[in-house]
Amino acid sequence: MPGLPLELDQHPGIWRGGELARSACPGIASGFAALDAELPGGGWPCGALTEILPQHEGIGELRILGPALARLASRGKFIAWIAPPYLPYAPALAAAGIALERIVIVKTARDGDSLWAAEQALRSAACGGVLAWPRDIRYPQLRRLQLAAEDGRCLAVLFRPTGAVHEPSPAVLRIALATSAGGLALSILKRRGAPLSRPILLPAVPPAAANSNTSPGPDLHAVDSLASVATAAGSVPARFALA
Amino acid sequence: MHLSQLPLEAFQRGLPSPEPRAVAERQRILACDGKAAARGLRTGMPVTAALALAPGLRLRERDAAAETEALLGIAAWAMQCTPNVALDFPDLVLLEVSGSLKLFGGLGEIAARLRQGLDAMGYSARLAAAPTPRAAAWFARAGKPRLIADAGLLESELSTLPLSVLQNADEEALASVGAGSIGDLLALPRDGLARRFGQGLLDSLDQALGRLPDPRGFCVLPEKFCAAIELPAEATQAEALLFAARRLLVQLEGFLAARAAGARRLSLSLTHRAAPATRIELGMVAACREAAHFALLLREQLQQTVLPEAVRALSLEVQAIEPLEHSNQNLFSDALHEEGNWPRLIERLRSRLGAAAVHGLALCADHRPERACTATEPGAKQLALDFDLRPFWLLERPQALEETEAVPCHHGPLKLLAGPERIESGWWDGTDVARDYFIARTTEAALLWVYRERSPAGAWYLHGIFS
Repeated sequence: MPGLPLELDQHPGIWRGGELARSACPGIASGFAALDAELPGGGWPCGALTEILPQHEGIGELRILGPALARLASRGKFIAWIAPPYLPYAPALAAAGIALERIVIVKTARDGDSLWAAEQALRSAACGGVLAWPRDIRYPQLRRLQLAAEDGRCLAVLFRPTGAVHEPSPAVLRIALATSAGGLALSILKRRGAPLSRPILLPAVPPAAANSNTSPGPDLHAVDSLASVATAAGSVPARFALA
Repeated sequence: MHLSQLPLEAFQRGLPSPEPRAVAERQRILACDGKAAARGLRTGMPVTAALALAPGLRLRERDAAAETEALLGIAAWAMQCTPNVALDFPDLVLLEVSGSLKLFGGLGEIAARLRQGLDAMGYSARLAAAPTPRAAAWFARAGKPRLIADAGLLESELSTLPLSVLQNADEEALASVGAGSIGDLLALPRDGLARRFGQGLLDSLDQALGRLPDPRGFCVLPEKFCAAIELPAEATQAEALLFAARRLLVQLEGFLAARAAGARRLSLSLTHRAAPATRIELGMVAACREAAHFALLLREQLQQTVLPEAVRALSLEVQAIEPLEHSNQNLFSDALHEEGNWPRLIERLRSRLGAAAVHGLALCADHRPERACTATEPGAKQLALDFDLRPFWLLERPQALEETEAVPCHHGPLKLLAGPERIESGWWDGTDVARDYFIARTTEAALLWVYRERSPAGAWYLHGIFS
């Protein structure tokens, strides 16, 4: 497609409608090939706000971040957990390969304190990742966090209730999580690039639990059938990897 | 450095006061501030005349001990520029900077740095430099901010100074022989001068010109830091207190720089009229020296503190200091530097949220799930321990689950996927547990970690969420 001058073409904030934006700083690989393929920069964005909106608590919102967090911690970066809803459990974090000495938990009594702490952590450039669970957050505050994230160039993830799906947000990446036929369906609500109409499916069950009682058979079928539906519908050829 | 307003500033410094202030000694005015001077007060004026000119005058008797203390404080602060600092009572601090010129980038740079620091501490001072300590003192006292590095220029520059710099009792007698300046004295025959005014005068002229040695006893840096400041009016607002405290913090920064050290714990005490003093402790994760960082932490603390009464004075104390290495500037990138500042982040968060609210995680060799994970200092080295499959989230207190038709329920019946994993431990400390843990799936496909008490009642509890 001729016409776009080179400097416009290379600007990280400008992208063609049909492709993914080129990110100025490469993303942190999520560890799930299917997800990485659909994210600009090939992974979780750095220096920008990401929102994760799980349909229900506990369906796998932390597990999808696990490999990225493990990678950051192994590079010696601190990961701040701001106002988590429960206690992050060290044995599971260690088992996921996240170095415990790089974890900082920040408990807050008020929402204002959580936002303040998140902003401090983002701006300080001392953290590799900031995970925050704000209870009530409005657009101007989100915007402020987005600016802070741009300053700090770290992985910034907000966990928000599924009710926030329809609210406007300055986050560059918004992912809604839902369960679907035994797997975890990631719908990308917003990204820098062409919108993605179909969800990305990841197996949701931790391996040990999967081995014991549920057979992986039906899950695989579910994925296959969805994939075939997607290709039959004539959308972009889908790539599914069961990582 | 000549501290022209030291008698005043020993009481209060760098803070505008609502009424004119003056300090008197033996019923004579010794020093007065700008407001008092505007009403016609002059040094040497009788106290009664001063009170007639300014009825609202806040008059205080001179406190020589406080002045000495202030002077020592300034000397300790100034040792960041040179280890050789001497006092010349009552109001002079002399620095031998010849060895530090290269490090700081010249005489002008050092002077600017000192001037800025003195200003930040709230002292008004006149700076001058000369090849001999006595000449520098005279220039400073005369209010001529000369920075003379060349010994050849010294004599001609000295000649212009008035005789008042000598602080000699014979000033009037000197004037009567026709000497109005140092230059006139130098032109007089030496033997006659010595006969009439004593050898002392001649010696001090020679010392100023560098013809006679002028040894000075250098100050020894104190082990501890302790400084106080009095507020002009009682204050309750955090900003006003912070403004005053910053003056102390700048002084602390100089003191720490002189010792090549940092502080890990500061304690600031706020004195009230009647109530016992409020103490504010600042704890640092890593030793630090920058006044700006201390001020940032203090701001958060002050905003959280509830004061019983208005504050009259502040005092800052540091008990323990520890050596702090100078960090080299990185040639290529600031990545290393950035990682180094995580203690700052933790200090900042703690200063607002409290020390217990910010912590790291540690594993504990205990089978009881609630004991296997404990809070620790962030960044501390951790044990590596192996556990079975565990959830990412643990509930701080297990949540009781209802049971319908022998199936535990949490937003609908739970399907048990894996288990039981029996955990029976802790009989030795009285909090023993006997539980069968299961991995369960909710109707919404969330995975939970639930357990059943191994007791006749056999109640179900939710203890974790896999997420």
